Amino acid sequence: MMEKIYSRPNCIVPMQSGYCPGCLHSTATKIIAEVIDELGQGHNVINVLPVGCSSMGLLYWKIDMVGSAHGRAPAVATGIKRSRPDSLVFTYQGDGDLAAIGLAEILSAANRGEKFTVIFANNSTYGMTGGQMAPTTLIGQKSTTSKKGRDAETAGHPIKMCELIKELAAPVFVARYTLNNPQNIRKAKQGIKKAFQYQLDGKGFSFVELLTNCPTNWGVEPLDSLKYMEENTMKYFEQKVFKDEEESK
Amino acid sequence: MAKQFMKGCEAVAEAAVLGGCRFFAGYPITPQNEIPEYMSSRLPEAGGIFIQGESEVASVNMVYGAASTGTRAMTSSSSPGISLKTEGISYLSGAKLPALIVNVSRGGPGLGSIQPAQSDYLQSTKALGHGGHRLLVFAPYTLQEAVDIAYDAFEYAERDRSPVMILMDGCLGSIMEMVDLPPMKELSNQNTQGWKVGYDGVKRGARMITSIYPEAGLESNNKNSAAMYKKWQEEDVKVEEFMLDDAEYVVVAYGIAARVAKQAIMQLRGQGCKIGLIRPITLYPFPKKSFEKLNYNNIKAFIDIEMTIPAQMYDDIDLLVRGRAPIFEYGRSGGILLDDDGVTDAIKKVTGGQA
Repeated sequence: MMEKIYSRPNCIVPMQSGYCPGCLHSTATKIIAEVIDELGQGHNVINVLPVGCSSMGLLYWKIDMVGSAHGRAPAVATGIKRSRPDSLVFTYQGDGDLAAIGLAEILSAANRGEKFTVIFANNSTYGMTGGQMAPTTLIGQKSTTSKKGRDAETAGHPIKMCELIKELAAPVFVARYTLNNPQNIRKAKQGIKKAFQYQLDGKGFSFVELLTNCPTNWGVEPLDSLKYMEENTMKYFEQKVFKDEEESK
Repeated sequence: MAKQFMKGCEAVAEAAVLGGCRFFAGYPITPQNEIPEYMSSRLPEAGGIFIQGESEVASVNMVYGAASTGTRAMTSSSSPGISLKTEGISYLSGAKLPALIVNVSRGGPGLGSIQPAQSDYLQSTKALGHGGHRLLVFAPYTLQEAVDIAYDAFEYAERDRSPVMILMDGCLGSIMEMVDLPPMKELSNQNTQGWKVGYDGVKRGARMITSIYPEAGLESNNKNSAAMYKKWQEEDVKVEEFMLDDAEYVVVAYGIAARVAKQAIMQLRGQGCKIGLIRPITLYPFPKKSFEKLNYNNIKAFIDIEMTIPAQMYDDIDLLVRGRAPIFEYGRSGGILLDDDGVTDAIKKVTGGQA
């Protein structure tokens, strides 16, 4: 008798992913779904989706979802979580959404200590609009609006969201992971699980950043995009737990 | 019914709470600060949530989030702040979410002035954000009328799954009057069970609230909205028609301007002038029938009186009058209020000093 040891998470719609080949949004979507299943929260979760490639989660997750305006997901999630404190509420936002147009909303929600979780997929580009420079684009990294590579003189340096948010008093869990290989994907999944568990325990704001890729707009093969992450992205954006309320006690 | 002497902003806030509002998010801006201030202490008493948002943009999106859980949610602001909220109002319409938005309007454009004005008619009735959606827009002219409208606003919003706006200028927000407050509404008959998100103890299929649709779905939604706006025109128009039966001159005014105009009309009637008033209470839908049923053989002129320059309601009146009588306009703006003498003199210029 064969034993079934792996299957599609319950809260993923059984359909083909429309994410580009090699895009790590697919991986992030899957591990978040696995965590929801493992915590038995499929019926009780409300996801807030933003604008950008991450909004495609509307197609793939089989959970209650609310689509919001560009950058406003943390404000929408605030309204939801305050009205439904027993629901497991999370946003899934990209870097243009969260770290540019939505800076006021993310920092203010974190500072108020809203008791929901933000999962931040950082691929250093505006994916859906075709690869413009993001607040997280690396120095020298080319984009359709920084054709010679990002220049710190005019565009500043890539913004480090975990490092900003960990300085606020209210957040209880702030961590950055990377999805470049199976080992790191497992670590990221554990981080998401911890953030969700803290929320279910009634603790405060949690923020999980996931370093991801964009083979299409970086203009490289999927495997080369992982290599680029390892040689560049992961060196600039340190992967660690910046703040963990439990461990600091 | 409890009679109370209340300030406009506080009366409308209290009426919203009595009508079931359990969530408010807002941002300070004059002259509507008394609404969030009142809500900050009143809502927790009523088992509701008050949040002071980091901006108008965030506040309307908090309302969007609360509304998606079926909570009766409200925000308020004044003109420049309403401009910021229009992004969120468009998304509320697109996602078919009920909510109440109160605009205690002030002088514009730009930062304008903090004093009262009626400079947001076009924004309120034509374009509260991108995308060609409309809201039911109510414009009370007394605090009692404001209370009655705010009390029932969520029933309209939930009936239509569409946000509702109350447009009251800074005068109405700041004056004090006696109001009869209705009893606290029971929320058991809320019409949100079929679509709101969040687990209610019964497992069901996943739900999605969003304003993004595939092309065919979006067009189908737009057609439904168009049908709804037509139905509003048939069923939801509110208007006061005052002394129109024998009127040769018809004043058109809403909100505080109508209040001042009414005084002038009564004074002129006393002097024998045959003058009446059409007072739109819903600015959208506009009271078209009130214009259609007039006897144009009798009418010598219309006078559009608004506390803004240039008059903004003029085009809506013009479309209905269709050249059958001249339309004059009179207004003050920038935070300078209309007064009895100014309005009476302006009308007399049109009537040729008759009476």
